Amino acid sequence: MSAAIEIDNVAIRFGGIQAVDGVSFAVKAGDFVGLIGPNGAGKTTLIRIVAGMLRPDRGRVKLAGSDVTGDGTATRVRRGLALTHQIVRPFREMTVLDNVVLAAGIHRTLNPFRALLHIDRKRESERAGNIIAQVGLAGTERKLAGSLPLGQMKRLEVARALAVDPKVILLDEPLAGLNHTEAATQVETISEVHKSGITVILVEHNLEEVMRICRRLLVLNNGQVIGDGDPRAVMADPVVHDAYVGGGMVTHAEA
Amino acid sequence: MSAYEVSIVSIIGINVILAVSLNMISGFCGQISLGHGAFFGAGAYAAALAMVSTGSVTLALCVALITGSILGIIVGFASLRVRTDFLAVTTIGVNFLFIGFVRKQAWLGGEMGISAIPATGLGAAGNMVMILLFACATVALSFYISRSWMGFAFRAVGEDEGAAATVGISSAAYKLAAFGIGTALAGLAGGLYTFFTQFITADAFDFILSVMLMAMVVIGGIGSTWGVVVAAIGLTLLPEAMRFVNDYRLLIFGGLLVLVIRLAPGGLAAMAHGLFLRVKRS
Repeated sequence: MSAAIEIDNVAIRFGGIQAVDGVSFAVKAGDFVGLIGPNGAGKTTLIRIVAGMLRPDRGRVKLAGSDVTGDGTATRVRRGLALTHQIVRPFREMTVLDNVVLAAGIHRTLNPFRALLHIDRKRESERAGNIIAQVGLAGTERKLAGSLPLGQMKRLEVARALAVDPKVILLDEPLAGLNHTEAATQVETISEVHKSGITVILVEHNLEEVMRICRRLLVLNNGQVIGDGDPRAVMADPVVHDAYVGGGMVTHAEA
Repeated sequence: MSAYEVSIVSIIGINVILAVSLNMISGFCGQISLGHGAFFGAGAYAAALAMVSTGSVTLALCVALITGSILGIIVGFASLRVRTDFLAVTTIGVNFLFIGFVRKQAWLGGEMGISAIPATGLGAAGNMVMILLFACATVALSFYISRSWMGFAFRAVGEDEGAAATVGISSAAYKLAAFGIGTALAGLAGGLYTFFTQFITADAFDFILSVMLMAMVVIGGIGSTWGVVVAAIGLTLLPEAMRFVNDYRLLIFGGLLVLVIRLAPGGLAAMAHGLFLRVKRS
């Protein structure tokens, strides 16, 4: 079986900075990978390359065996990749329900012509309702997405990502800005997503949670992979230790 | 009906088609176009040439529709590269380019325009009925699109292209579709205008007209088909009903545009909705 995602020698340069410098890794279907690294390590850039928002200078990105390096985000989403944004981007003028219904109707919006021929939203609305309940947003369906507090918007991002029926989900800091309780429920949701068979790639600053839920850890520093494998083994590696965590943080992460 | 009333109703019908079609591009899909007059003009000239050479009404309308749409899709490609204010400026440029081009073309009659365009044979009242039927069809199409998945996707693209991509919607395809449909209808309106006047010059399709159409969309309530229809009718009748409005047309329309944007960004549609809610509550 081919990997769910394969990154092969990907690199990109912004002016004088080599943001991502020859990164290669593959993620098995059903795996749960945490992508970490200090600020400026190239995590967000790498995620943007995987999501199709940036074209790498060299290297290839493959989804379920097929090369998508030249494809835009929308095409990749249609091939089974879902993503959430680090800075939430709901359709603020639409209701929570409509945000998710639109995502659930991904087969309706394949092209404008097909979209023009369909009006009925019943099936999509039902599915969207279930997903909204699953992420813990039940009761907010009729509210405008722009009126939700940040914690709920973060969940809406996850709901929208799930609604496109993905095989792989890329979560870019889904816990950032959430308080303890909110973060705990969000982690719960993410674990359930993984249990339902979806491959998860999680970019996160919250090391404690990453260590707790990921099965594999990738550490990025200066645009290169400096650690890869079992979370505890990786965190114990002195190279990772020096580059990223620093003494105090390791004990914190292992706690 | 007097000849005057017939001509007013005909102009209202044409303006309704123009404003509603512009609303599909700028209201539904969020692509601000200030060059709608150019597509209207392209359709009018195409229909005039078709009428002069063949005299077939059906052919003239088809040619007008297709010419408007082709030009619109070409400009639509610009919308894939430039956004918001820059797109508005680009479309203004398209309008001026159109006028400048037409004025210098001998085969389009140059400054003198095209005159002695054969009549449709329906008479003024018959033309008016045809215009009104097309206007109703345009309004019906607008309501349908708004309810369909296409309208749903348009709203997503208009609001946030990045977010639209994350739900698998290709903004490029939808923007081209919006321009293609909206400008095809503008072209159609151009064909109807040609039948109505039987004489066209480039001046009828200038930037001022494009701004007036945008004023109808904004005052009516950007994105609301009903609001835009009401504004198109009202703003066409206003200069007829009040002499001084006609004399100070640009000043008054410009002033209204500024007032609406500043005080009631949702236009007539939002005001009516607000009033409805208040009445319901009391």
